[in-house]
Amino acid sequence: MGGAANALKRELEHAIEERERELKRGATALADVDLTLPGRPQWRGGVHIVTQVVDEICDIFKELGFTRVVGPEAETEHYNFYALNFPKDHPALDAQDSFYLGGDVLLRTHTSPVQIRTLESYPPPIRIVVPGRCYRRDPFDASHSPVFEQIEGFAVDEGITFVDFKATLATFARRIFSPTTKVRFRPSYFPFTEPSAEMDVQCQICGGSGCAACKQTGWMEILGSGMVHPAVLENSKVDSEKYTGFAWGMGPERIAMLRYGIPDIRLFFDSDVRFLEQFSK
Amino acid sequence: MIVSRRWLEALLGRSLEGKDVADRLARQVAPVDGVVPIHQDLRDVLVARVLEVKQHPNADRLSLCVVDAGGAPLEVVCGASNVQAGKSYPFAPVGATLPGGLKLERRKIRGVESNGMLCSAKELGLGVDHAGILELQTDAPPGTPFLEAVPIADEQIVIDVSANRPDLLCHKGVARELAVSLGATVKLPNIESSQHFAPKHGTRKGTVDGVEVILEDPEGAPRYMIAVIRGVKVGASPPWLATRLQSIGQRSINNIVDATNYILFEVNQPLHAFDLAKLRGPAVVVRRAKPGEQIVTLDGGTRKLTPEMTVICDAERPTIVAGVMGSAESEVTGSTTDIVLEAAYFQPTRIRRTRRALGLSSESSYRFERGLDLLGMPDALGRAVDLIRAVAGGEMREPPIDLWPEPQKPRSVFLREARVSHLLGVPVPRKEIERLLSAVGFVAAPKDDRLAVQIPGWRPDVTREVDLIEEVARLRGYDSFPDELRPYRPGTVPDAPAELTLRRIREQLVASGGGLLEARTIPLGPPDGPDAVSVLNPLSAEEAHLRSRLLPGLIRRVEHNWSVGNRDVRLFEVGTVFKRGKGTGEGANVPVEELHLAMVLTGARHPAHWTDSINAAKLPDMDIWDLKQHFELAVGLAAPSHDVQPAANGSGWVASVGMAAPLEADAPKWAARLFGLEVRIIVAPAGLVRYQSLPTQPPAVRDISLVLPGAVTAAAVEAVLRREGGTLLERLDVLDEYRGAGLPAGTRGVTWRCTFRSPDKTLTEREAVEALERMLRAAEAELDVRRRQA
Repeated sequence: MGGAANALKRELEHAIEERERELKRGATALADVDLTLPGRPQWRGGVHIVTQVVDEICDIFKELGFTRVVGPEAETEHYNFYALNFPKDHPALDAQDSFYLGGDVLLRTHTSPVQIRTLESYPPPIRIVVPGRCYRRDPFDASHSPVFEQIEGFAVDEGITFVDFKATLATFARRIFSPTTKVRFRPSYFPFTEPSAEMDVQCQICGGSGCAACKQTGWMEILGSGMVHPAVLENSKVDSEKYTGFAWGMGPERIAMLRYGIPDIRLFFDSDVRFLEQFSK
Repeated sequence: MIVSRRWLEALLGRSLEGKDVADRLARQVAPVDGVVPIHQDLRDVLVARVLEVKQHPNADRLSLCVVDAGGAPLEVVCGASNVQAGKSYPFAPVGATLPGGLKLERRKIRGVESNGMLCSAKELGLGVDHAGILELQTDAPPGTPFLEAVPIADEQIVIDVSANRPDLLCHKGVARELAVSLGATVKLPNIESSQHFAPKHGTRKGTVDGVEVILEDPEGAPRYMIAVIRGVKVGASPPWLATRLQSIGQRSINNIVDATNYILFEVNQPLHAFDLAKLRGPAVVVRRAKPGEQIVTLDGGTRKLTPEMTVICDAERPTIVAGVMGSAESEVTGSTTDIVLEAAYFQPTRIRRTRRALGLSSESSYRFERGLDLLGMPDALGRAVDLIRAVAGGEMREPPIDLWPEPQKPRSVFLREARVSHLLGVPVPRKEIERLLSAVGFVAAPKDDRLAVQIPGWRPDVTREVDLIEEVARLRGYDSFPDELRPYRPGTVPDAPAELTLRRIREQLVASGGGLLEARTIPLGPPDGPDAVSVLNPLSAEEAHLRSRLLPGLIRRVEHNWSVGNRDVRLFEVGTVFKRGKGTGEGANVPVEELHLAMVLTGARHPAHWTDSINAAKLPDMDIWDLKQHFELAVGLAAPSHDVQPAANGSGWVASVGMAAPLEADAPKWAARLFGLEVRIIVAPAGLVRYQSLPTQPPAVRDISLVLPGAVTAAAVEAVLRREGGTLLERLDVLDEYRGAGLPAGTRGVTWRCTFRSPDKTLTEREAVEALERMLRAAEAELDVRRRQA
C-alpha cells in the first residue's frame, strides 16, 4: 500500500514539474510582448434596446401563460374606439388625437383594437400580449413621440377576478424591476376597463424617498389597466355574465428610459450608432 | 383641475396637509399631478409695526420710519403717504428677495440709510393697488412671517380629472371624496334663495320679473333656469373672494363675474350673468342657431353659427353661444344695475360638437361637455343668488324660473352582492358595500336579493352594475385586495407567426457577425414611392406620408450619423410598410401592410487594430461583395427559397422579394460608399434543418484556373462544373479573379477550388482526375471556357 502511494506521489510530482516547465516555456515565448496592448476588436451588432425590452416583457408574460400576437397599425374607428366602449362625441376621445388616412380609417392610437380582433377570432380562455407601434398627434419632445411602442395585455376567462389582475401585474413588476419592488394600484379611467387602475412602482431612481423624477411622490406610473369592461365583451358577442377578464397597456420606451436612465425618447429614433452600440450584446 | 387646500379646509372644517391630500386622492379618487405652494416668493417678508414716523431730512415726499420687525428698532425710508405710527405693514428686511427676484440691499436714499422696505400690495404680487403700503389687520407680533399672519399662503393641488368624473371639477366634489378618506363631512352654507323656487316643470316658457323666457330647443338645453336680480352694484370683489379665485389661478374681474366663477369652482355649475338693460324684449330665447347667423364672442372673434348649435338670444338676435361663450355686448359692465342670471344644462355632445366646430373652448364648455348635475341646478343657482346679493347687493323680486319640459327622476342601478365578490375576488359584505356607496352620495336600498342604488345627479358616469363595483373597489382601496397568483387556464390563441419570424430574423442578423445594429425609425416621412399612403392631418409637411419602403428612412438615419461624425454605420430595420389599398368603397382607405427588412452599410469592414500596418491606415471599406453577402443573408432569412440574381440593369442584385444596390446620399467627403438593400418578409415558420452524416473519407482537392470569354458568367461556369462533377464534387469555391496581362483581350481568368469526396470510400487519384476532365470538357464545349495555360 505504502509503496503504491509513494509511486503515485512521485508520478504526481513529476507531472507537476513537467507542467511548470511547459508554462515557463510559454511565458518565455511571450516575454517580449506587451500583453497590455488591446486585443483585436470586432464590430458588435445588437437588437434595439426597445426591442430588447419588448422581448423581455413578453417573455415574462409568456411564463405567466400569455401568447404573443399582433394586429394592423391602420385601423378603423370601430376597432380603435367604439368597439372598445368609447362613447361617440365624448371628451375621452380628446386624449386620443389621431392621424387619419381617410374616412374612418386612422393609425391606431393604442394596441387595444387587438382585444376586439382576438375576441372575434378565438374563444376564451384568452391570454395574450400584443406589442406594436401606435400613433398619436403629439409633437416630439423629450418624453413624447408621435409614434411609440405599446404592449397590450388581455386575459378573458370564467372566474377571472381583480385579485388575478393585481397578482399578474404585480408579479410582472417584481420580475422586470426587482423582487422587492413595491407596487401600488390607483383608480383611473379607460372606457374599456371597469374598474380601471394605474399601476405605480416604487421610484426606480430614488427608491421611494422622493425625487424630481417622481415629483416627490416616490412612485412612478408604469401602466394603465383594469378589469375588461363588460361592454367590450358584449360588443364582441361574448357573454359578459359568464366571462370576466383584465387588460393593460404599457410603454416599453418609458420602461427602457426609467431602467437605463435614458433622458430623451428621441434617442430611440435617432439611430446614432454610438447610442445603439451601448445596448448591443 | 386645480383645487385650493384652503378652500377644501373651509368645506371640510378642518386643517389639511397638501401632500397628504394628494396621496389620499391618488389612492382613492384620481391621479394628482402635483402640489404647488403659492406665494412662496413672500417667505422672506415679515410683519412689522411702525413705531414712529419722522420727516426725511432731505426729501419732502419721503418719511423716515422707526420700525419694529422683531429685533432692535430699524430706520426705514418710506415713500408712501399712508404710513402711520402704531400700524402694521408687510416688511422686507435687508437680504430678503421679493416677487420678481429683487433682492433687497441696505442702501442710502437721499443721504439716509434704509434698513429694508415697507411693501405695497403690488410689490408683493397681491394686487394692483400701488397707492400706498399694505396696512395689515393683524394681531401677530412684529417679526412674524407675513405668510403666517395673513391667510394667503395656500397650496394648489393639481388633479388629473378623467373625462368621466365631472363631479371632481369642483371643490365640493373633491371635498366629498376626501371626506370619505378622512371621516369628515362636507359643509356648505345654507342656501336662502332656493327656498323660493317656482318650478315650471313640463313647460317651455314663462316670465320672471318682466323677462320672458322661451325654451325652443329642449334637446339642446333639457333644463334651463333664469333668475333676475335688480339693483346690483358692480365693483371690485371683497378680498376673500378675490383671494379664493387667485388661489386657483383665476383672475378677479368684478364682484358679479367673480361670484359666478366662485360657484362654478365650488359646485361645478357654470352660470352666465348678463346685463338686463341690454336685453331686447326683454326676452331670453333658447333655440338652434339659424343658418348663416353670426355672433361676436367675448374674445372678439366673429363666429359663424350653424343649426347644430344652440344659442341664447334676446328678442332679436343671439347673445350667447350656449355653454361655450357669450358676446361682448351682453356682458356685465360697471354700469350694469339689473342682471339676468342663467343656470343651464346643455346637452354634452351638442356642446362638444359646437366647441370643436368653432375651435373655441372655455371653463364652461369643458364642464358642459362632461355632463353636469341636472338635479343640483336649483341649489347651485340659489347659492349664486345668495353670493351675488352678498357681494354686490340687489334684490331678487321673483323666484327664478325653472323650465324643464321633461323632468327626470334620479336613476337607479341594481347591484348584486354576489357579483361584487365574483368580480373583485374577495367577499365584500353587503353592509360594507352600503357604507362605501352612501359615503359618496349613493343611496342603496335592498330590493329582493339585490341593492337598488340611486345615483346622485353629479355622477353621470355610473350607468351599470360594474360602475358601482368599481366604486366599491376604489373606496375600499385597491391596495386592500391581495395580489397572490391563482391558477389559470392556458389560452386558445397561438403565438403570431409574424412575431416569431421577426424575432428570428433580428436575432440571426445580429448574430451574423457583421456588427448589424437594429434601428427603429419613424414610419412617417416624405412620400417615398407611388404607392405611399398620405396622412390627412399630419403634424408637418415633412411627415405627411407613411413609409412604403424602409430604406429611405434608414438613409436619413445614415445621414444623421454622418452629421455627428460617425463613419462606420451598419443599420437594419424590420417593420411594417404601408401601400395604398386596392379596395374600393369603404375599404379603399385601409392600406395594405407588409413586413419588410432593410439594411444600410457604409464604412470599414472591420474596426482598426494596432497590428494593422501603419501603411494600411485606411482599412478596407465595405464594398459591393459585402453588400451581396448581406443581401444573400437577408433573402435567406426573410424569404428562404428565393434566389439572388444580378439586376438586369447592372445596378446591383435583385430577388423576387427585393433588391440591393449602392446608394446615393448626402454624404460628407470623408464618408465611405453607402450600400443598401430591402426585402419583403414572407412570414413562415423556420425551416427544419436535416442532419447530414459527417464525412468519414478524406477529400481530394484540385484547383483549376479557367479563362472565361467576356459574356460568360461565373454562375454559368459553376452550373456546368457542378452538373458534371455530380455527387463526387462536394464543394466549388472561387479563389481568384484575374484580368490583364497574359490573357486574350476581352477575357478574364477565374480560379476555382474543387473538393471531391466520396461518402463511402477513399477517392483514387484517377477518379478525381476523371471527374475534373469531364467538367473541363463540358465547360469548353458549352461555354468556350478553357484551362488557363501557366
